[in-house]
Amino acid sequence: MGLTLAEKIIARAAGRETVCPGEIVICKVDLAMMHDSGGPRRVKPILERLGAKVWDPDKVVVISDHYVPATDAESAAILDLTRKWVVENGVERFYDMQGICHIVLPERGHLRPGLFVVGGDSHSPTGGAFGCFIFGIGATEMAGVLVTGETWIRVPETIRIDWSGSLAPGVCAKDVMLALCARLGMDGGNYQVVQYSGSLISALSMQERMTLCNMAVELGAQTGLIAPDDTTAAYISAAGSGTIDPTEWQGDDDAAYRETLAFDAASLPPQVALPHSPAKAGPIEDLRGERIDLAYIGSCTGAKLADLRMAAQVLKGRQVAKGVRLLVAPASRRETATAASEGTLAALIEAGAVMMPSGCGACAGYGFGVLAEHEVCISSTARNSKGRMGARTARVYLASPYTVAASAVAGAISDPREFFSGAAV
Amino acid sequence: MTQSAGKAWVFGNDIGTDLLAPGLYMKRPMEEIARHCLEDIDPRFATEVERGDVVIAGRNFGMGSSREQAAEALIHLGVSVVLAQSYGGLFYRNALNLGLLVLICPETGKIDAGDRIAVEPERGRVRNLTKNETYPCEPVPAHLMEMVRAGGLVPFLERKLKAGRALAAGIG
Repeated sequence: MGLTLAEKIIARAAGRETVCPGEIVICKVDLAMMHDSGGPRRVKPILERLGAKVWDPDKVVVISDHYVPATDAESAAILDLTRKWVVENGVERFYDMQGICHIVLPERGHLRPGLFVVGGDSHSPTGGAFGCFIFGIGATEMAGVLVTGETWIRVPETIRIDWSGSLAPGVCAKDVMLALCARLGMDGGNYQVVQYSGSLISALSMQERMTLCNMAVELGAQTGLIAPDDTTAAYISAAGSGTIDPTEWQGDDDAAYRETLAFDAASLPPQVALPHSPAKAGPIEDLRGERIDLAYIGSCTGAKLADLRMAAQVLKGRQVAKGVRLLVAPASRRETATAASEGTLAALIEAGAVMMPSGCGACAGYGFGVLAEHEVCISSTARNSKGRMGARTARVYLASPYTVAASAVAGAISDPREFFSGAAV
Repeated sequence: MTQSAGKAWVFGNDIGTDLLAPGLYMKRPMEEIARHCLEDIDPRFATEVERGDVVIAGRNFGMGSSREQAAEALIHLGVSVVLAQSYGGLFYRNALNLGLLVLICPETGKIDAGDRIAVEPERGRVRNLTKNETYPCEPVPAHLMEMVRAGGLVPFLERKLKAGRALAAGIG
């Protein structure tokens, strides 16, 4: 019996020829990533208590994104501690206010196929788009990794999700994920691996693939994974991380999968998830016309350059409706620069968007832009649990950047396909 | 390791980390985060839960974020054990790392709020003293049970490092 890609990576990290789903193995960690919220401020006291040092500072990446820029004394203190800790511990791979960790990590060339990576954030599986096994852990476990350089894993099974065909104009990876959340539920991934494949996936850009792996968490998977190909190799090379051989990290043809699901992209309409769960997603037809107060383009899920471009495609030459706020927090500083130089940013700003710093922002209720009581928001983020983005009576709908932009223009939940067919809005 | 009986607090499916440790309070001390634990679905919980009480839930308890304050808040409030039909994988790891016993119990639907619950993880069973019923629970893997008994990953590592240093000093 052959091995899946995930099994191959885990076996390599465990120093084994092979592994079987269900067995518990100890793996050596190739890379540990943490941010300002769950990182230094939480691991520092544990390392001090243990009297231990970081096992290998060159395998640690720290990225400030949750409390940036500081909004009050508490967040300033958290960032101050983060900045001092990396210096004290010799961690040179520190990206301060450069963007959201899941975007900055591959952008700066830290991800390559075959790596076994832990991240101190639940959306760490975003990096699975690069063919590495990367999953989220909490701060205590991160402290354990920092001391020992290893962690345990119960070898997961792999659920294969094949998508064939191509997406209609105005439909994107976010719609794919919302549809999967509705279909599989928030625990359909069962803490196993979700691996995406098929002709649609092959045709997608790395950033769209990142959206798929990012939201594998919303399916309850331990991680999402996409086998590397020439698109992966081109991204990694452009990020300055050299050449990779995509054929080196592939699952075997006779590997065993927990199940294989197949979907057709061509018939997928834009999706919108009702408050308060991504699993409450459905075709946009059911929700058109629902009034909104805030349209939010942000987070690791929905504010990458590809997402900003989608929003700009809809917003170019149009105006945000009166009474609606459009907030945009680009996923990284580098992407903001690209968006500025190519005109994407201008399209957003001229339409009425208010730009926010690159960071987690309003998504988790940490930063600027949170909601008042009873307000209604449509957001390109991944989660809409009660109270997450502000007041507990606020209602958050989840959708693609296309749909968020279309809704901002209309002042109510709107189908972005109408903006692509030339129909009047 | 039989735990003394505690009173059951019953919740549904998909109770997430945003509910257990609301983002709004994440930069505050644990006392304050804990005060808001689950307030959006049960405002009485954080003020009325007593040391030794038991949290009962359906599927996918603790789904969502990696923030381990979700488990830490329950520990802070004195919750002795969580019984759920399944867990968010991250929460499950976090809880055990912090020394909070979390058991997979397929029959939590039979437990009502206020029932007196005792668990016997080694024997793989949960006893409902109020209803005089017994339910099976899945055993926690041995290496994790050892860690929970030690009080979590940090005391576990502390012991291990101390033993390693003593050994090294002895050899030296």
